[in-house]
Amino acid sequence: MVSNLVELRGLKVAFDGVQVLHGIDLEIGRGEAIGLVGESGCGKSVTWLAALGLLPGKATVTGSVRVDGQEILGQPRNVLEGVRGKRIAMIFQDPSSSLNPVLRVGRQITEALAIHRGLHGQAAKAEALRLLDMVGIPDARRRLELFPHEFSGGQCQRVMIAMALAGEPDLLVADEPTTALDATIQAQILDLLIGLRSETGMAMIFISHDLGAVSQVCERACVMYAGQVVEQGSIQALFDNPRHPYTRGLFDAIPRIDGPRQRLVPIPGTVPHPSDLPEGCAFSPRCSHVAIDCRTRRPELTAMDDGRRLSCHHPLGHHPEAHHPVDSTRPVEPRALEALS
Amino acid sequence: MTSPLIEARGLVRTYEVRQGMFGRMTPVRAVDGIDLKVMPGETLGVVGESGSGKSTLGRMLLGIDPPQDGQVIFDGKPMPKLGTREWRALRAKMQFVYQDPLAALDRRLTIAEQIGEPLAIHGLVPKQFQAARVAELMSAVGLRPDQAGRYPHELSGGQRQRAVIARALASRPKLLVCDEPVSALDVSIQAQVVNMLRDLQEENRIAMVFISHDLKVVRNVADRVAVMYLGRIVEEASSDVIFSTPLHPYTKALVSSVPVPGKLLKGRVILQGEPPNPARRPSGCAFHPRCPIAADICRTQVPQLLSVADGRTAACHMVAGVDQSVAA
Repeated sequence: MVSNLVELRGLKVAFDGVQVLHGIDLEIGRGEAIGLVGESGCGKSVTWLAALGLLPGKATVTGSVRVDGQEILGQPRNVLEGVRGKRIAMIFQDPSSSLNPVLRVGRQITEALAIHRGLHGQAAKAEALRLLDMVGIPDARRRLELFPHEFSGGQCQRVMIAMALAGEPDLLVADEPTTALDATIQAQILDLLIGLRSETGMAMIFISHDLGAVSQVCERACVMYAGQVVEQGSIQALFDNPRHPYTRGLFDAIPRIDGPRQRLVPIPGTVPHPSDLPEGCAFSPRCSHVAIDCRTRRPELTAMDDGRRLSCHHPLGHHPEAHHPVDSTRPVEPRALEALS
Repeated sequence: MTSPLIEARGLVRTYEVRQGMFGRMTPVRAVDGIDLKVMPGETLGVVGESGSGKSTLGRMLLGIDPPQDGQVIFDGKPMPKLGTREWRALRAKMQFVYQDPLAALDRRLTIAEQIGEPLAIHGLVPKQFQAARVAELMSAVGLRPDQAGRYPHELSGGQRQRAVIARALASRPKLLVCDEPVSALDVSIQAQVVNMLRDLQEENRIAMVFISHDLKVVRNVADRVAVMYLGRIVEEASSDVIFSTPLHPYTKALVSSVPVPGKLLKGRVILQGEPPNPARRPSGCAFHPRCPIAADICRTQVPQLLSVADGRTAACHMVAGVDQSVAA
């Protein structure tokens, strides 16, 4: 049996004594793509910043993070640097602020190649060209000499992805990689990530609040609320039959592009502040199916028969037809496709 | 027949942009000949990618950005010049809601003080009734009375946007121009703010220009939608039909790029290339370098925005062609 690529066990984070992550368990298999969804402030990004030792010193991180069975949490810098960028690479929402504005793009990519793969000179340049080509930057030879401000937002994100690929990582953590981009460019980047994954066989963590984008890229998804995983399962299972009221709420809140125009369905209230978590289930004050015990007893993340994990005292029903149906015969897109072809 | 609340005729806005550090100044036509009408109480959605000129259009409608050519007519009268007393008086009737509420709010003033400011500026409510009006506005947008004394940084993103909207509504405007009002918010909170905006609009019969790159939100908010590409409107129709049967290839690509939950990317039309730099506008139809059905005529002739069906316009040589062949 092949072990998992990365395993998080009981990962907890506290800032100045305020607990923000309450024990995250997550296994990532080789080549697997997992979506991490939830509203802002639910701990999606903090999970990975903590796992890779990127949080500031005032954060207290406990638990276990294993890469290929080897513990990396709390390890010295030289061990971490063998993992960061090399085994696990990360890209962020705002590509232009992640790139160094005063260095040519080619230099930034070859720097990563020198650090992670010991490539220098012509070899590094040739590899940088190949990477830029791979992420779909036309005229790569000339573009190596340009500065980040000479690229558009979508192209900066492509450059970031090329840099992330420089270490030939086993896992790419993409933190809201398309949120800041225009709709048509968003679709291009998603398409690129899907293509790269099938080409390189790397695993991917896709952090996003856009469930639509997550379902394009991932097989499994993990729904987080207030620093905990509340539901986890295959994308199909979550879409067809969301059992946690929060998962259901996230789906229902997405405005629809087809069907009759209707009032949007919000989740009332907001994510609680970590220092002011409600008693019992953290979602109970916003939940439409709340019962008395939800306010007193905190639900545990439990494995269900169908392979999903769920943390809810009163999960929603089993019957797919009772839910927001996921209709595979949508009229909009096939028609648009027909007319364009 | 009622007359439009606001009407734009042939609006043009050009900026001068320097190409490179010592380069020559090049004119960029951010808004390039736009006509539109918004009826009282109606919502017009404006969609497009960055650089399409949709935000500039919003500012021009309010007279903040004066047009180089064309004019804006508000309530049957031409828009007064920026900064004049008439313009300031008119600003009470038309308000702006920005994307970033933190930047739009003054962080040294409490929420109640900010919501009360327009009342004082426009002298709308006698001083002794101001507090009551502020409380009324706060409850209308769903802010709790105990939040009146809070500062912007003490509120969440959604609550800040509610405060901005309350302030915009304080002067009982007839027109609200919203530039990406919910783009910075989580979907769950987005839905809260959008619903509230719609309710307030219906109750007070406010016309709205809703500028956004998010097609899904626009579809559920707007009665009519205009799609912009590089400073021009390329298609306009009611929001019921424009997303279900888009005509212009650009609208089709936009609709197709919306990720639908539970549906894979395979088979979708993914537009290649990026929106061109407005300073280097392609000849003919500005969309032709990215267009999957571009023909020779598209490279040389600029397509006009023509009526293609009842209440529907499109600016595309190919769409006009399709239409004629159907009629023949």
